[in-house]
Amino acid sequence: MHRFANPTRFLRLADAILPWSIAATVLALGSGLVWALAFSPADYQQGDTVRIMYLHVPAAWMGLFAYTAMAVASAVALIWKHPLADLAAKASAPVGACFTFLCLVTGSLWGKPMWGTWWVWDARLTSMLILLFLYLGYMALQGAFDDPQRGQKAAAVLALVGFVNVPIIKFSVDWWNTLHQPASVVKMGGPAIDPAMLVPLLVMTVGFKAYYVTLLLLRIKAEVADAKIRSLRLTEIHG
Amino acid sequence: MSGFLSMGGYAGYVWPAYALTLVVLGALCVATVSSLRRKQKMLDLLQSSVRSARRRRDGNQTPGAGETA
Amino acid sequence: MSRAATRKKRRLYMVVAGLLLLGTATALVLTAFQDNLVFFYSPTDVQAKKVGEDRRFRLGGLVKDGSVVKTGSEVRFTVTDMNADLPVSYSGILPDLFREGQGVVAEGKLDRSGVFIAKEVLAKHDENYMPPEVAEALKKSGQWTGAQTDAASHKAPQN
Repeated sequence: MHRFANPTRFLRLADAILPWSIAATVLALGSGLVWALAFSPADYQQGDTVRIMYLHVPAAWMGLFAYTAMAVASAVALIWKHPLADLAAKASAPVGACFTFLCLVTGSLWGKPMWGTWWVWDARLTSMLILLFLYLGYMALQGAFDDPQRGQKAAAVLALVGFVNVPIIKFSVDWWNTLHQPASVVKMGGPAIDPAMLVPLLVMTVGFKAYYVTLLLLRIKAEVADAKIRSLRLTEIHG
Repeated sequence: MSGFLSMGGYAGYVWPAYALTLVVLGALCVATVSSLRRKQKMLDLLQSSVRSARRRRDGNQTPGAGETA
Repeated sequence: MSRAATRKKRRLYMVVAGLLLLGTATALVLTAFQDNLVFFYSPTDVQAKKVGEDRRFRLGGLVKDGSVVKTGSEVRFTVTDMNADLPVSYSGILPDLFREGQGVVAEGKLDRSGVFIAKEVLAKHDENYMPPEVAEALKKSGQWTGAQTDAASHKAPQN
């Protein structure tokens, strides 16, 4: 029964947070989209293509954030066998994979007109592609075993091993010569981005984060329901 | 308005980026909500069937393990 | 209870040790591959003969101010890293962001006379974003620290 002791409390907490996270998602994404598309200025060099930044950058950040959350949850699951940690890691993966995919595609749509190419194999782009593969590998590994618990354990180990990629992505633009420019927002000496663009970027980031929280909670709820269904089926058979 | 739509000549890159983002995030949201609903419905069904099976077996007493779940 | 606690502790140590090992291994591998991970070489690297003869490679730096000359379909310009210069010749479509003072990455070969014959030219932008009016104002007030310095300084040759 230890397995289902915590979920009850989690479900109460999730239901308390969800209305707020949904409201924040709708508000921030709604206003952020209008701001980014219509009211933010064009860039002095890149013209209107800079508007892709308001999607590309939050997607990249959240792709990394969701992976970090997944790795931390996997570590907790491996070490302390916390029943919710596995479910949280499992719930985080598809959302993070979507963010990473969007980061790659929007980056490609930005790179073509500005850099002159859809794709280059530089350290930043390549490490970001590896992040997507890590997500896909994680999700594939979960289902690759007959025993779901063993699959979950193997996937958790992969999530931890793959975590080395996260700092590599962040610092790739500093460590190597890349086509991708270095960091604009999170860097020494303050952001190299005008407030007229930074503010809508941060609003969009809040929107992406609220979206992530909302989907994470909904997905964990679904995982909890799934776990209950499985245990009920077992009691039906054995009880 | 046409200036807004043409995005300074980059409409072919900016709009697909926004459209794709909305489609992907929207689709993930719909998939998540519908799978949650499906699972909750199935859980309700199972719980009530387990409950009634127990009632039949035990006579109207002893809330079983399924109840706490 | 102590038994369960030690088992948890052992798992914690195992995970931490595994991560440390993995981190070290990755750092070692990355250092070993350092040269292969270089996306482009700077004109300084080329001058120092870091690039083999007749080898196709990528050249990166800034397009030198006032160096772009277009003759028919051919474009000639100079790539600089503020330390060394290299003349480049290219015939083809330039990316929208290609301009003097901006970063560029060109792929091609050196010819006998030391001119870099580019087969592909990509524009590299810096990390600064601002509206045109702000850029104008900065230039006027003499506080311009944009493309010229930033893009060159952060990619100074490392080894």
